[in-house]
Amino acid sequence: MPKDSGIGASSKRREDVRFLTGDGNYTDDINVAGQAYVHFLRSDIAHARIKSVDTSAAEGMPGVVKVFTGKDFEGVGGMPCGWEVTDKHGAPMQEPPHPILAQGKVRHVGDPIAAVVADSLEQARDAAEAIDVDIEELPAVMDMKVAAQDGATLVHDDLKNNICYDWQLGEADDAKVNEVFANAAHVTTLDLVNNRLVANPMEPRVAVAEYKRSTDEYTLYTTSQNPHVIRLLMCAFVLGLPEHKVRVVAPDVGGGFGTKIFHYAEEAFCTFAAKACNRAVKWSASRSEAFMSDAHGRDHVSTIELALDGDNNFVGLRTNTYANLGAYLSTFSSSVPTWLHGTLMAGNYKTPVIQVNVKAMFTNTVPVDAYRGAGRPEATFQLERVVDKAARELGVDPVALRRQNFITQFPYDTPVALTYDTGDYNGTMDKLETAADLVGFAARRAESEAKGKLRGLGINCYIEACGIAPSNIVGMLGARAGLYDAATVRVNATGSISVMVGAHSHGQGHETAFPQVVADMIGIDESMVEIVHGDTSKIPFGMGTYGSRSLAVCGSAMVKATEKVIEKAKRIAAHLLEASEADIELKDGQFSVAGTDKSVAWGDVTLTAYVPHNYPLEVEPGLEETAFYDPANFTFPAGAYACEVEVDPETGRVSIEAFTAADDFGNIVNPMIVDGQVHGGIGQGIGQALLENCAYDENGQLLSASYMDYAMPRADDVPFYAVDHSSQTPCTHNPLGVKGCGEAGAIGSPPAVVNAVLDALNSGGKAVDHIDMPMSPSRVWAAMNS
Amino acid sequence: MYNFEFEKPSTVADAVAALGVEDAQALGGGQTLIPTLKQRLASPSVLVSLSGIAEMKGVCVDDDGSVSIGGATTHASVATEAAGSYPALAALAGQIGDPAVRNRGTIGGSVANNDPAACYPAGVLGSGATIITNARQIAADDFFEGLFSTALDEGEIITSIRFRVPQAASYQKFLQPASRFALVGVYLARFADGVRVAVTGAGDDGVFRWSEAEEALNKEFRADALMDLRINPANMIADLHGSKDYRAHLVGVMTKRAVEACM
Amino acid sequence: MTQVSMTVNGKSVSGDVEGRTLLSSFLRDHLSLTGTHVGCDTAQCGACVVHVNGEAVKSCNMLALEADGSDVGTIEGQANDDGSLNTIQQAFQDHHGLQCGFCTPGMVMSTAALLKDNPRPTEAEIRKYLEGNLCRCTGYHNIVKAIMAASGQDVSSIAAE
Repeated sequence: MPKDSGIGASSKRREDVRFLTGDGNYTDDINVAGQAYVHFLRSDIAHARIKSVDTSAAEGMPGVVKVFTGKDFEGVGGMPCGWEVTDKHGAPMQEPPHPILAQGKVRHVGDPIAAVVADSLEQARDAAEAIDVDIEELPAVMDMKVAAQDGATLVHDDLKNNICYDWQLGEADDAKVNEVFANAAHVTTLDLVNNRLVANPMEPRVAVAEYKRSTDEYTLYTTSQNPHVIRLLMCAFVLGLPEHKVRVVAPDVGGGFGTKIFHYAEEAFCTFAAKACNRAVKWSASRSEAFMSDAHGRDHVSTIELALDGDNNFVGLRTNTYANLGAYLSTFSSSVPTWLHGTLMAGNYKTPVIQVNVKAMFTNTVPVDAYRGAGRPEATFQLERVVDKAARELGVDPVALRRQNFITQFPYDTPVALTYDTGDYNGTMDKLETAADLVGFAARRAESEAKGKLRGLGINCYIEACGIAPSNIVGMLGARAGLYDAATVRVNATGSISVMVGAHSHGQGHETAFPQVVADMIGIDESMVEIVHGDTSKIPFGMGTYGSRSLAVCGSAMVKATEKVIEKAKRIAAHLLEASEADIELKDGQFSVAGTDKSVAWGDVTLTAYVPHNYPLEVEPGLEETAFYDPANFTFPAGAYACEVEVDPETGRVSIEAFTAADDFGNIVNPMIVDGQVHGGIGQGIGQALLENCAYDENGQLLSASYMDYAMPRADDVPFYAVDHSSQTPCTHNPLGVKGCGEAGAIGSPPAVVNAVLDALNSGGKAVDHIDMPMSPSRVWAAMNS
Repeated sequence: MYNFEFEKPSTVADAVAALGVEDAQALGGGQTLIPTLKQRLASPSVLVSLSGIAEMKGVCVDDDGSVSIGGATTHASVATEAAGSYPALAALAGQIGDPAVRNRGTIGGSVANNDPAACYPAGVLGSGATIITNARQIAADDFFEGLFSTALDEGEIITSIRFRVPQAASYQKFLQPASRFALVGVYLARFADGVRVAVTGAGDDGVFRWSEAEEALNKEFRADALMDLRINPANMIADLHGSKDYRAHLVGVMTKRAVEACM
Repeated sequence: MTQVSMTVNGKSVSGDVEGRTLLSSFLRDHLSLTGTHVGCDTAQCGACVVHVNGEAVKSCNMLALEADGSDVGTIEGQANDDGSLNTIQQAFQDHHGLQCGFCTPGMVMSTAALLKDNPRPTEAEIRKYLEGNLCRCTGYHNIVKAIMAASGQDVSSIAAE
């Protein structure tokens, strides 16, 4: 029986009412009296030296408040990178400056050269057109392998080359790896591109900053997944402001998918300019501007080799990846191709020897950073594609080959630095085989063939590492931040509860799911618990929401704080009931004395805490507790996905006929929300596999610069999905036993789609080994006819 | 957007007069023009909306059986109002953009813009329609002059388009997945006096007639008649979404499908 | 500046606008009806869909002056008179048809337009109709399901919660 409230219930989302009635409060809905507007003059050249910027004409234009250039930010900090990666020789990564407005050079199309603050946005645009920029165009550095060569044009003149770092994980002894491959019965090799994507949350980024001269206080409203992180980075590294004078608010945020984690120049600019102009300053990105200023995702070029013994056991794995970081280091960009990617190369398999090599490159493109999955999709894609190719080469069933090599004993130490605490990969595969009716596939293929279509089945397994932690370990790996989270549980006198959480909800439904947990622990109605988030002035601290961490990390902090509240409430109840604290039990919102019929209600205890007349003298009045939680390990959701496609052999068009996901997320708080997260991830994964492609030409011009050329998945590009999460191995080290579900769909789906298309083509007699994503009709047709 | 004056005349004559001002520009449904203005790629002094001109709206069947569509008729209206009189053209209109775009975009606006991947130019050229302006009548064969270029003079307004209704017709559109314009679209119309095949989305000089296919189909109207025909890829568009070879191939596939749909 | 007047959600409104003022700007900036969202500049995303004289249009792709004298409906006017969610809105909540909520006003307005003309659309008709409404969160599963439910169809056999 599904539960109707508390943990495990598909409670309807309370935030929906304001969103469905147009009453949400998104950043662009916020207007401050007297605000001015900023327009950024952005480079339309990928790589150039700035000889001069003449703003004199612009400054005299109607409505112009002030014109800023890079010169105004000399002595001001640049945009920081939050993770220092150490290369395989022990040297720190090359870390070039990233100014708020370009200084000396522009390094990608969209790099801001100047900013005009004016009374209206159109006046700012008018004035920006009057700025005279004299530049010397330089060759654009676009191809990563060319960029890595000696003598290549440098994106950053002060660096020794375009390589941010040359990193390695796993087996360091090349001879040992070579030996494994030399002795292998079979080696499968694959060259792969993980296509560059644009996250494209439907809400473009916005920043509104105000400054109060009389108190020297700033407020920044911004489209962020983590307002405290923005405040910390901006205050400590960019503008040098005291944190207690800066309030950062991330109100309703219209999706993030990683791209709203990062601290962006526009946020720092508006905050800086609000003081410089003594006036609130607002920036709202157009979608076209978003394409050239939001951090992009993925963009890896890899070679992967899998060695198998004569019994088809995986004996070795070696990867060589070029990872594109773009022109500058975005906030967490350096961690994505390394600790979020290399560590996942073991996948679900007990491969004993693994070596991961990553060269991270600077190019004249928009910075690349975390996008839904962040490194893990890139790892999964390589691994699951090479496993699938091996199965085809060996003529064995791809499911059987995977099962044969699954890790089955836990905890399991991988050769790439992780310890999987728990899992059951055969369990999810069993669920998948049933839910996707794999037995019936042959009949479905026959039906498709009767219609003249090729049908394919693609299988994929994935493992994810969520809730990056613990802080002391990630610190050793180069993180310049802690990765704990915090919650304050504030019980009001009449028993209702406000929970201030460091996680930020921008679609994940925290406002509904988090109260389910607290209400369940106390035994009160969910409606008595409210979540407060997204405002540094209201919450204790928070590292925010990304990496499928909210419930596993912040939720654990919330559980800890609630436990403290309950402990204190029990002391008060013991006093009221004239019983020993050890005998007090809390159930269904009633404190009772074990073995008696004496009880006192939750509301009576909370009222006593605030009206402490009959009260234990040794207990402080009030009922409010804060907890910080730093996890002991990552969590490891895992699963198995199946995709069925039809390919039109005449046009190469692929249609997704069925998609099934079997995930193990451990315990689940709100199944409805979890399914929704998986649906969304699958939608984005199908987008990557079939449609989405952020493409540049050789001169660094962005070809897919709007929705006219960047193909977003639409409703008729996808089917209904079947989602099964009944295989559950609870996380062993957090109090809720939860693992995280936000990224799984985006990690697990692209290889399933590609594997399915290749299965279809091979079934039609086309010996096609690989097609790069997105598998557009043009590419599929070309592969079939090559 | 740069600012402009806005006028909304209620007669063709007033619209023509308003367009006489320097740098004045006509506004149909605006579904292409407004995004262009947002990018500041155009700076008209006056926008003259044609949406208030009642005489330019609607679908009517003339005495000779031809179908006339007012230049300011929206795609949605054509999709419903022409469904009985010219179903293939109505089907084409129903595939343009999306429902909200179809409620604003107009046939006159689309044809005057002559986007190389738009649907209507194929329907108009494939039907051998006549473009009627405030000043004259222009045969479709003489109207389309390459990318975003037509025989229209400055300030000339398409008041209506008259279509001969063929015995059978079909529009086969292969979507460009991002814009949902045609990656390749083929409009095939079979008249008593011959077959016309118009192709959009593919040609690097805009909509064109595939005369070899027309000849082959005039000899024998069956899909197999196209079997040995290959259009020259050299003059095809190549972009992110498809190579020249792919577009050339799709022209053949879509034409074949159009023939099959007409059988 | 030119005066523009229209009826919005049943109320007569007017304001002074420039020729270039978009209907979406008039709603958001002049009338503070910020439920209508702007998610792109090429008329693709559909977050800005409103009704003009009963028809769905993209308000960021229509000049405010073009709507002079029109009857405009926005998301703010969709709930029942007592503030409760209407059938479509309720179905979206019941079936988790929204996550971040940014595309939602456009989705609801497009759904209303669809169901007016086609009271019981098939799954394929719904997916086709939503061609001009992008959602990045839901993978569309629960949106399509919610629309089927809003049109009185049994959705119990559709996979997942």
